[in-house]
Amino acid sequence: MSAPATAAKPPRERVADWPLADRVGYGLCWAAGGLLCVIAGAIVLYILVQGLQYLRPELLFSRPEVSLDQSESGGFLDPLLGTFMITSIGVVIAGIIGVSVAVWLTEYGRPAGLARAVDSAVEVVAGTPSIVLAIFGLLIFQSSGLGFLSFTAEGGGVFGRSFIAAGTMMSLIALPLVVGATREALSTIPRHVREASYALGKTRAATIWRVLLPAARPGIATGLALGMGRIAGDTAIVVILLGAAGQITPQGDVAPFNVLRGTGSTLTSYVYNNSPAGEGNAPQKAYAAAFVLLLIVIALNFVVDLVARGRRGGVQWIR
Amino acid sequence: MSSTVVEPALRPPRAAAAGGPWSDRRVELALAALGVALLALIAGMLLFVFGKAWPSFANNGPAWFGAGGSVDLQLQDIFNSPANPKDYEYKLRAWPLLYGTAITTAFAVVFGLVFALLSALFIVEFAPPRVRRVLEPVVRLLAAVPSVIYGLIGILVLVPFVGKNLVTQSREESVAFVVQLTGASILVATVILTVMITPIMIAIITDALRAVPRSWTEGGAALGVNRWRVMWTISVRAVRPAIVAAAVLACARALGEAIMLSMVSGSVGFAPNPLDGFTFFLEPTRPLAATIVDNAEGLSVKPFGETIYAFAAVLLLSSVFLSVGGWLIRRPLRRVGAGAA
Repeated sequence: MSAPATAAKPPRERVADWPLADRVGYGLCWAAGGLLCVIAGAIVLYILVQGLQYLRPELLFSRPEVSLDQSESGGFLDPLLGTFMITSIGVVIAGIIGVSVAVWLTEYGRPAGLARAVDSAVEVVAGTPSIVLAIFGLLIFQSSGLGFLSFTAEGGGVFGRSFIAAGTMMSLIALPLVVGATREALSTIPRHVREASYALGKTRAATIWRVLLPAARPGIATGLALGMGRIAGDTAIVVILLGAAGQITPQGDVAPFNVLRGTGSTLTSYVYNNSPAGEGNAPQKAYAAAFVLLLIVIALNFVVDLVARGRRGGVQWIR
Repeated sequence: MSSTVVEPALRPPRAAAAGGPWSDRRVELALAALGVALLALIAGMLLFVFGKAWPSFANNGPAWFGAGGSVDLQLQDIFNSPANPKDYEYKLRAWPLLYGTAITTAFAVVFGLVFALLSALFIVEFAPPRVRRVLEPVVRLLAAVPSVIYGLIGILVLVPFVGKNLVTQSREESVAFVVQLTGASILVATVILTVMITPIMIAIITDALRAVPRSWTEGGAALGVNRWRVMWTISVRAVRPAIVAAAVLACARALGEAIMLSMVSGSVGFAPNPLDGFTFFLEPTRPLAATIVDNAEGLSVKPFGETIYAFAAVLLLSSVFLSVGGWLIRRPLRRVGAGAA
């Protein structure tokens, strides 16, 4: 009983001496923990085995083709690029808006009523199902004023489907993560750091830009990486706002913009469309793509761990 | 925080450069404007989705939420309604979809909550340090797996498994006149949904359990109470707000899950009958979110699109209610408990 760390565990306590009900509870806890490991292990191993079995290097470098014959339906180069594009667009928008909103909420936050309203708006976004965001996005981008941002039919009908549309709505699912992580990071910066900066004659804006944001960089990076993982894994928005085309289909003539305005696919929609639920019904390709997708998501989580190492581990990834 | 900043005589040159267009006032206004824009966007979302959904609600009245007829046939009629706006077909009785959403969510949250609570207790108190170091990334991993991968495993592994082993001839015949059993069922949907929402709950409850003041549990232990009792009677009670928060958050997640459920729930607008005994769990259904995904192609047909937006409006309203409700429940509980999430 010398160290306080062992104080909660009296000496010579044996589980076998506990009342039956307590032993049952204790056993259930072990069972739950074990089950958790088994489920995670099974999922990862299964996708690993199936993925490696069907993954060929050429799948990564060939474009998907529409074909009933699986040997001719190509690979998933376009979906891979699509995932990177969507993730980049989404995370850039979410980063800019999310960090700004978080800074405003923690550093200014007035009028207080408005700040509270914005805070709850972020909460509402966090709770809104991505499928609802998706069809809301369709509502926005189908308005004819925004026709220049998406796939447009000959007669002037606006489909509202493009990488820009999908990426913009994707930024909303990353936004709460970025706002949460940034606020957390800003609020852990001690107050005297700000006061020291003011004492040196910096304005509040300069303090934010030169002192607070650099100090909060790891937190912001964590939020962005989490957001990227969320975006890369979302399917509903892609299925609705990007359409079911396999290949990246540019729209218009202006070089980089036409791709963004066009439609295409991402790894998630590729998996969905090639599973028995979609039209493709090519489980081998779906497994291979799912494997790559899982690798990307795990890598992003690894980045979060690297960035957050040594810091007090929060629960920012919830939301 | 001081609101007035004294302008010093000497300013660092960089700061002076940044002070020009980026004056305090302007930065604050710009940031506030962004916040207001976000607020407007969310308000716009609520307004637009409800506005778009209104004709469907208005034409059906409260019966929209009721039962009656086959919802899939009704959706088909709406999709095929005549081009003349006066003849638009709107008749819809969405009960099977609402019911499908409610049972999958409720089962998943109830099972998930028990599972998550036990796992959280295990991680915080009972697991040896080495096991704990494995479990934490495992929880993170389970939370990070994209829903389409869960759906893929469901549709390619679990659905055929259930179809082969649990759906027997006699079960199939017993319900053959209403619905076909294929293996895509609420059983598979609930199992996968539980796995998907458990990690969030574990994370919230674990975090709260860690925040329970050590002196409370030590006090219990000093009185000779064993470790399980200490956790169950002191820590778990103290983290009740976090448990509520976890359930609410998981509920919102489960309600909105679309892709996975559209892949494994059978995609039949059918209300499973609990009186069928175990067969109940093998019957297919189709929750609201999955219905939206399955029917996204028809959004351009006006009355059909409005019906789909009505589904979205119901989902949106439920998720807003969940966040508000969770906040209201959590507030009085926060006073009695520690470590509110």
